[in-house]
Amino acid sequence: MIDAMSSLLIVSGLAFYLAGSIGLLRLPDLYSRLHALTKADNLGLGLLTAGLALHAQDLLIALKLVLIWLAVLAASAASAHLIAQHARHRETPS
Amino acid sequence: MSELLTVSALGLMLSLFLGLLRVVRGPSTGDRMLATQLIGTAGVGLLLLLSLLLKQTALIDVALILALLAAVAAAAFTGQQRETGDD
Amino acid sequence: MNTTALLVLDVLLVFSLLSLAAAALATRDASRSVILFMAFGLVLAVAWARLLAPDVALAEAAIGAGLSGALLLAAVREQPRRALSGDAKPVHERERTSIDVTLQLTVTLLCVAVAALLAWALAEAFDRGPQDTLAQAVSETLAASGVSNPVTAILLNFRAYDTLLELAVLLTAVLGILALGPARPGYQAAGPVFDSLVRWLVPVLILTAGYLLWVGAHAPGGAFQAGATLAAAAVVLRLAGHRTAGLPPGRTLHVVMAAGVGMFLVVGLSLLVLGRPFLGYPPAWAGGLILLIESAAMLAIAATLVLAFLGGRPQPAAGLSGEKRQC
Repeated sequence: MIDAMSSLLIVSGLAFYLAGSIGLLRLPDLYSRLHALTKADNLGLGLLTAGLALHAQDLLIALKLVLIWLAVLAASAASAHLIAQHARHRETPS
Repeated sequence: MSELLTVSALGLMLSLFLGLLRVVRGPSTGDRMLATQLIGTAGVGLLLLLSLLLKQTALIDVALILALLAAVAAAAFTGQQRETGDD
Repeated sequence: MNTTALLVLDVLLVFSLLSLAAAALATRDASRSVILFMAFGLVLAVAWARLLAPDVALAEAAIGAGLSGALLLAAVREQPRRALSGDAKPVHERERTSIDVTLQLTVTLLCVAVAALLAWALAEAFDRGPQDTLAQAVSETLAASGVSNPVTAILLNFRAYDTLLELAVLLTAVLGILALGPARPGYQAAGPVFDSLVRWLVPVLILTAGYLLWVGAHAPGGAFQAGATLAAAAVVLRLAGHRTAGLPPGRTLHVVMAAGVGMFLVVGLSLLVLGRPFLGYPPAWAGGLILLIESAAMLAIAATLVLAFLGGRPQPAAGLSGEKRQC
């Protein structure tokens, strides 16, 4: 039962990762690519972490996994904004 | 179960590889930077899968460090220097 | 099915590493190659993990991906200013003199020689087959070393002299950095988004550094990885506009810089005085002594890396520079 649940979560996480990467390659400009990137970061890693947490040996490891996901979440949100800001700054000469 | 994990690891590696194509193609440094972020996140996922596959819990710590330092890399890229402004 | 999938994974990893390295070296634009180098560091960390070397993977993730990238970017961004102020044109625009050609040839030959040496060593290793002598020797004496992580045991106990000398090399490097003069001009104060990132990232990095230091006794981690993570926290502070990146002022900084070598010497000489060999820890105290030395080493390593990022002596806030003596 746990195996099935975990497998489902991991595979859907993987699907979001691949969707994000394909978006990164196919979308026309930087700002839309940032959208694709955040899908992979948030949902891809989140579902993957949830699936792996079900297999964790103890609670500490499961908490570590959640911590990693939260760190990536917060970091990628800020990074995406900063990268977009940086690109905008370069486009419009100040 | 371990077969699924291995296939997922392969899938993440593929995702990483696609990000690599964007890093090399560009065209702007912003594109390369955000592709590096994807490589970082795919790397984190890959490390977590490997920790279960290879039975090494230490790899979870490596994943944490990778996640944090990828954020530092993005910060370094966007930091605005005094005196001269942009790069 | 398992092994073929892992094989494909390994092939993709190797191919990624090679193409990133080639792309990083092939571009003319310095910023571009630095970003490619950062991506290379990230993939390399995964490769180390795949090779079952978590200690190296930790160090690579901390130093290779984050810190080296930040350092190189800071250096690259300084170039246009320097080139404009002097007469020197960028390297690839000057005409190639005979010195350039000789230099290029010499460096190429040296690189080829090193690569050949490594290839021969690798071939020898495969020829001889797995020899467990080091692993066996370590596992036999691990219990008396004071820690249960074999890497830490080797670094801080069995081969402690090597680590002492490495820290001395770091100290020499940091003296060289201080001799460069004042630090680079800093960064603008962080905007609200960057500030929101820094507010949690710096404390988490500091806590993680402490965690890595502690866990190094029984799991992958240790002083070098912890020091690099601590340095990353300071670098983020600096990027957010902090003038001294959290470094202590004047005399305290000197003490911190020398702390790595200093603590080793203090422990070693005290043991000599007590009648034991230099750095021969009594088994009962080995764990505590190792942690003590590692804590000092972590601070020294972090200080060295941060000073390298600063590019010179940290400047106090304007207004105090006239009164206080520079360090």
